[in-house]
Amino acid sequence: MEHHELIVIGGGPAGLAAATAAANEGAECLLLDEQSTPGGQVYRAVQTVPEQRARLLGPDYQAGRDLVTQFEQSGARHLPNTTVWNLNGRCEVGILRDGKTSLLHAKRVIIASGAMERPVPFPGWTLPGVMPAGAGQILLKSSALVPADGLVLAGSGPLLLLLAWQYLQAGVSIGAILDMTPHGNFWRALPRLPEALLAHHYIIKGLRYQLQLKMARVPYFTGVRNLRATGTDSIEAVEFDHRNTSKRIETSLLLTHFGVVPDSHLSRCAGCDHRWDSAQLCWRPQTDEWCNSSLAGIAIAGDGAGIGGAVAARHAGRIAGLGSAHALGHVGSMRRDEIGRDDQRWLNDDLRVRPFLEAMFRPPPELLYQPDDATVICRCEEITAGQVRRAIQDGHHDTNQVKFLTRCGMGPCQGRQCNNAVGQLLAHELDVDMMAAGGYRIRPPIRPLTISQLAALEDMQAGGGA
Amino acid sequence: MIKADTIVIGGGLMGLSTALHLALRGYKAIVLERHSPARHASGVNAGGLRQLNRHMAEIPLTVAASEIWKNISALVDSDCDVVLSGQVKVAETEAELQSLQARVDELNASGFHHERIIDQHKLYELVPRLVSGCVGALYSPEDGFARPFHAATAFRHKAVELGVQIITDVDVTGVDQGDSGWSVATAQGVFSASNIVNCAGAWANQVAEWFGEPVPLTPGAPMLMVTERLPHFLDPVVGAVGHKLSFKQMPNGTVIIGGAHMARLDLEREHADIDFTALKTSAKTVTQLFPHMGSARIVRAWAGIEAFMPDNIPVISASSRARGVFHAFGFSAHGFQLSPVVGRIMSELIIDGKTAMPIEPFDIRRFQEQERNTSVG
Ligand SMILES: Cc1cc2nc3c(=O)[nH]c(=O)nc-3n(C[C@H](O)[C@H](O)[C@H](O)COP(=O)(O)OP(=O)(O)OC[C@H]3O[C@@H](n4cnc5c(N)ncnc54)[C@H](O)[C@@H]3O)c2cc1C
Ligand SMILES: Cc1cc2nc3c(=O)[nH]c(=O)nc-3n(C[C@H](O)[C@H](O)[C@H](O)COP(=O)(O)OP(=O)(O)OC[C@H]3O[C@@H](n4cnc5c(N)ncnc54)[C@H](O)[C@@H]3O)c2cc1C
Repeated sequence: MEHHELIVIGGGPAGLAAATAAANEGAECLLLDEQSTPGGQVYRAVQTVPEQRARLLGPDYQAGRDLVTQFEQSGARHLPNTTVWNLNGRCEVGILRDGKTSLLHAKRVIIASGAMERPVPFPGWTLPGVMPAGAGQILLKSSALVPADGLVLAGSGPLLLLLAWQYLQAGVSIGAILDMTPHGNFWRALPRLPEALLAHHYIIKGLRYQLQLKMARVPYFTGVRNLRATGTDSIEAVEFDHRNTSKRIETSLLLTHFGVVPDSHLSRCAGCDHRWDSAQLCWRPQTDEWCNSSLAGIAIAGDGAGIGGAVAARHAGRIAGLGSAHALGHVGSMRRDEIGRDDQRWLNDDLRVRPFLEAMFRPPPELLYQPDDATVICRCEEITAGQVRRAIQDGHHDTNQVKFLTRCGMGPCQGRQCNNAVGQLLAHELDVDMMAAGGYRIRPPIRPLTISQLAALEDMQAGGGA
Repeated sequence: MIKADTIVIGGGLMGLSTALHLALRGYKAIVLERHSPARHASGVNAGGLRQLNRHMAEIPLTVAASEIWKNISALVDSDCDVVLSGQVKVAETEAELQSLQARVDELNASGFHHERIIDQHKLYELVPRLVSGCVGALYSPEDGFARPFHAATAFRHKAVELGVQIITDVDVTGVDQGDSGWSVATAQGVFSASNIVNCAGAWANQVAEWFGEPVPLTPGAPMLMVTERLPHFLDPVVGAVGHKLSFKQMPNGTVIIGGAHMARLDLEREHADIDFTALKTSAKTVTQLFPHMGSARIVRAWAGIEAFMPDNIPVISASSRARGVFHAFGFSAHGFQLSPVVGRIMSELIIDGKTAMPIEPFDIRRFQEQERNTSVG
């Protein structure tokens, strides 16, 4: 088995900063990422994107270039096009690269695998032509492929506006924006506004997007409820309630977005402890001030540890990198604390806006907790909310029991799409908290692996028996 | 204080089946389970209903269990998704086939006829996608598989319907002997009964120790993996003489692959790390025997925690030390099929003080005698 001092999983701002910080202190460091170029979700293809389109994606995007340059100068090694399909509590990492599988071992591992869009089931969400807005954004970022005229955007969250704004800049026509943020959210978020204003650049950015969208006369519906996608073989229209009237808009493309949540499959597969965050409405790993998880040797930084955005991810990455360099004996605690202190302060400053954003863009509760019986919850196994409710009424009182009984979450997506939906439904039905409802136990491989790829797993000395 | 006739420690299939059979005869049982019913081996096993190639001592039990599974609805009002499509054990050489023939001869001599040899032609009729060149197989047409968590759920429902009380999230840490029997103090109250049944699976030795009769039980975590859904290509469950393999296609198209390779177990945390180096052997075996499987995608690998005994057969027995105490554990990765009959046997031992089934080989005293012998020798 190939051994390393430090393996960083994920090449977004958190992973790049972590690897850079650790390597700068003298740690031998390998960064694994399934993309072909460094940058992660937010700075995807940051080096190769043509200048004109980089401008279009905004100044934040260009800031990613510095991060990549520093990483390249740090001496950390980059292994692109490398998919991590397993991580366990022994810091063993299963990778797939060029169709070949092997196991790596490191003294320490930093998980920086970022976020994923919050999956929210609603009637018709499985129809072709309905997709998460991020998927659309990835198309925009990596292939300049823009969707047909008249797309509809629906959901809630700061990214919804950002995305709309980016489409607008690209000259794509938007049929409508359906903002599902409940009206009451603003008042609930208000007490958190003063704190948020200390990170006012985020608020200003949000207002700017809104203003420009208004100026472009994009139809903008607020307080939208009861969203449905309808059609036979693919989406033909969206239907929804707005100010107590039902509306219908014909479209062949509906992009939805309900915020982002940590992609916690790796940390859960490894067995790190997680807690339900009732403000961010997601599972997040428990970490200490140096981003260490509950498992010795494994740290988690960036959006994978809880949503904080790209700037916070960069600071957290540096903190985790320093922490690891310290644990590996490359830097004393004095120097670590000295360099790390600034990042810890900036991180905290940057996170000030979060409570406001979380309260402001909290998805409508009925959407999360009370899906119709007929709504599909698990798209892989085609399990409906009604089937999940029956399993709960039948005495299955945590998500894993529901999964065992119904197969909900047993399909190829490994429960990424339905885990929280099942948990929230269960918590609501039984009036328990999410910790009691529990998250699925995540089993490897967390990324696709074929029988022959496993059969060809690079040879090494046998692992210890049971 | 909650009273019953019997307290069952462990809500796996053995505990549920025992409680159910007691209730069928009008006796009140309480099941105490640390987590939720079938949280461990009973809920996550491969679901194989196999008489094929069992230890000779288990044959009378497995044959009796097979009769129950054939009509499992009569017992638990649910078919438990039983599919009786047979099990085959493939011989790749003449020598392997001869060893299988010797087993059939031994079975026949004892009056059992559920397993038989099939020739190459019949084998490929049953398993058309098997790699060419295999010579024959051992075949048990009435074997098959079920869905374990569904089975456990059905056992639980039926038990509850008949008055069994199942207490979950309760960790039993000891028992006390009183004037009128046993009592168990837990965070959820005190339970008392004349009888205690140890169905604690991989943790059963901890319970046996309370009664001064420790056993050489080794907890282990056999691994399984399951593929994406594939077009239907296989009916019977397939094993092989020359490989550790259990291979079956479920009605939904997924293929479940086992091979008794072990994960790395942390019993304390009840967590097992999948050992992909060992699982690789299973994958290799599959690509050798079913070449078309190479491109199939693995959706998930997992392990279940099970009690293994040195002789690979269970303990099904009254305690040798304490009155009113009974044991059913140590099923060494093949207890799912036996569970309906084990529950019946336990209920007979508790109520009648005896059973017609030949359970002498499963007596807990076999380890104590061994201990005495080795310490003397
Ligand atoms: C769809 C989507 C779109 C977004 N768009 C924006 C935006 O436009 N503007 C904005 O400010 N914020 C955006 N965000 C939020 C932003 O992504 C994060 O705040 C930021 O990128 C967090 O940085 P990170 O380093 O934690 O993770 P990321 O930047 O997400 O980086 C994680 C990296 O890990 C890799 N990875 C994950 N799992 C594996 C694995 N198993 N094997 C190998 N590699 C793996 C990924 O390929 C990725 O490169 C978006 C988030 C999502 C989910
Ligand atoms: C991966 C795998 C595949 C298998 N495949 C097959 C197969 O194909 N065919 C077959 O016939 N068999 C198979 N088996 C074997 C079968 O699953 C087991 O033999 C059977 O389930 C054992 O049941 P049990 O009730 O003894 O144990 P378990 O199901 O493990 O139940 C024991 C229960 O006791 C509880 N417990 C323990 N200690 C305490 C305590 N102190 N207080 C409260 N509760 C406690 C535990 O939480 C647990 O739920 C397989 C096993 C595994 C692991």
